Amino acid sequence: MKVKLALAQINTRLGVVEKNLETHLAQIKKASQEGSDLIIFPELSLTGYVLQDLASAVARKPTDDDPAFKELLAASEKIDIVAGFVEEDERNRFYISSAYLSLGKVVHVHRKVYLPTYGLFDEGRFFAWGDSTAAFDTRFGRAGILICEDFWHISPPYLLWLDGADLFLFTSASPGRGLTTEPQLATAFWVESINRAYASIFTSFVVHCNRVGYEDGLHFWGGSTVFNPDGNLVAKAPQEKESLTFCEIDLNELHRTRARLPLLRDERTALTQRELTRILSRDGSATGR
Amino acid sequence: MENLEINTSLAHSILTGFIRSETQRAGFNKVVLGLSGGIDSALSCYLAAEALGSENVLAVRMPYKTSSQESLDHAQLVIDALGVQSLTLPITDMADGLISKWPEMNSLRKGNIMARCRMIALFDQSVVINGLVVGTGNKTEILLGYTTLFGDSACAFNPLGDLYKTQVRQLSRDLGIPEVIIGKAPTADLWSGQTDEGELGFTYAEVDRLLYLLVDERFTPQECVEAGFDQKFVETVVARVRRFHFKRVMPPIAKLSNRTVGYDFLYLRDWGT
Repeated sequence: MKVKLALAQINTRLGVVEKNLETHLAQIKKASQEGSDLIIFPELSLTGYVLQDLASAVARKPTDDDPAFKELLAASEKIDIVAGFVEEDERNRFYISSAYLSLGKVVHVHRKVYLPTYGLFDEGRFFAWGDSTAAFDTRFGRAGILICEDFWHISPPYLLWLDGADLFLFTSASPGRGLTTEPQLATAFWVESINRAYASIFTSFVVHCNRVGYEDGLHFWGGSTVFNPDGNLVAKAPQEKESLTFCEIDLNELHRTRARLPLLRDERTALTQRELTRILSRDGSATGR
Repeated sequence: MENLEINTSLAHSILTGFIRSETQRAGFNKVVLGLSGGIDSALSCYLAAEALGSENVLAVRMPYKTSSQESLDHAQLVIDALGVQSLTLPITDMADGLISKWPEMNSLRKGNIMARCRMIALFDQSVVINGLVVGTGNKTEILLGYTTLFGDSACAFNPLGDLYKTQVRQLSRDLGIPEVIIGKAPTADLWSGQTDEGELGFTYAEVDRLLYLLVDERFTPQECVEAGFDQKFVETVVARVRRFHFKRVMPPIAKLSNRTVGYDFLYLRDWGT
């Protein structure tokens, strides 16, 4: 089975959901016209990234009652959509979330589980921590969503893998840093490297959509990628520039790669569980959280 | 270990994008900057001209009566090379209005007055052109506090503030800024023969390597000494960085209410754009 992907590497307006929604609808329309099956938007694509005190003001619930989601859900009759937003739950906690929409329904919402609160990041100050990394079924097989810092930790991709995800959908609003003599920033190098590594060690498809543009002095570098189960690059969006990048992935590659390289078959999950139980129950363990 | 070398084409692309973004999101198309004849303002001017088009950049030369002809000539080289709009506004009358009241005024006070006169002229011109003032300060001078608060440090945004002087030189060379500007000794040009490095007591090349370790690589002062830097030099620089921190932050507001600007009223400048 072949799936046509569209990576919507967009810029956003900070805190102006209506304008960002317009951008989404325009990109969705273009991707539909190109015959894409699934379009992926970056982290917080409906709101912008450094929201600080705007977080509560732009928060919403991903339902038909919400004006933005109403339009996105309608658009999802034609093409599956991953969009980023600030989610407010029933008890008024705010999350950095990404929703998977298909055939007019919300199929899945992932709440970011790792909120970087160090260096230039301050997410833990403004947002609640998500508490789950579940995979979910789509028209194209089982998938999983992670948001930026989530995949700087090995455990969320690993859990998605064991939960059946063959298609990893990663979204970011990654501020570029680390200027050296290389033609890309250190951040760009590392994000691309770990995406390639996950594709290889999980013998799965890894799609990463990052945003572009600036927020004050922060600069988002783009460079969205798709890697196949062999760890090979299938598509790459330009650095720095807004783009809608199309590519086709062949899900039969999962069969071919895993026939050659049965890493999933051989994964010792019971051993992992035993060892984790032992490690976390050890007196004085500092690992548990 | 202290590798300050950068990919200049990447820096160039990020910085021109930054200038465009910060100008246009604020609702403007034009910028103004002071052109001293030195390398920092030359580089800011090159980047701004490329980001916005030379017709949208106003370069202002603001000599005081003791400023050297060479500074004016070097600034003119930049104006001619880029074809930016230009203006020469001598600040002598303005500055002497204050300076002449104190015949014994020292050079620190005079220098600060001149820097603040230039700030007034630039912000005034920004209204005339309906634009923003672009900063020209680099990371080295920001960290060392070698700047006049509300004078040359005043700007709407600053493209060079995360580049050490050494890196400013590398980027300037790659952009084709005249070698006579890159190669000369940096100076505030307050009196004949004055140089930054003479006043500071060390060279930019040396201090950049040290600052890179202290700031970017998070070395302790002791680790810098172990890496080969002279202890006195390390102590001097560490003390300067701390002592002048006040120039790098907004003035603190005494907190009284439940919501106070700077503490828990937090929005980016780009809010809503």
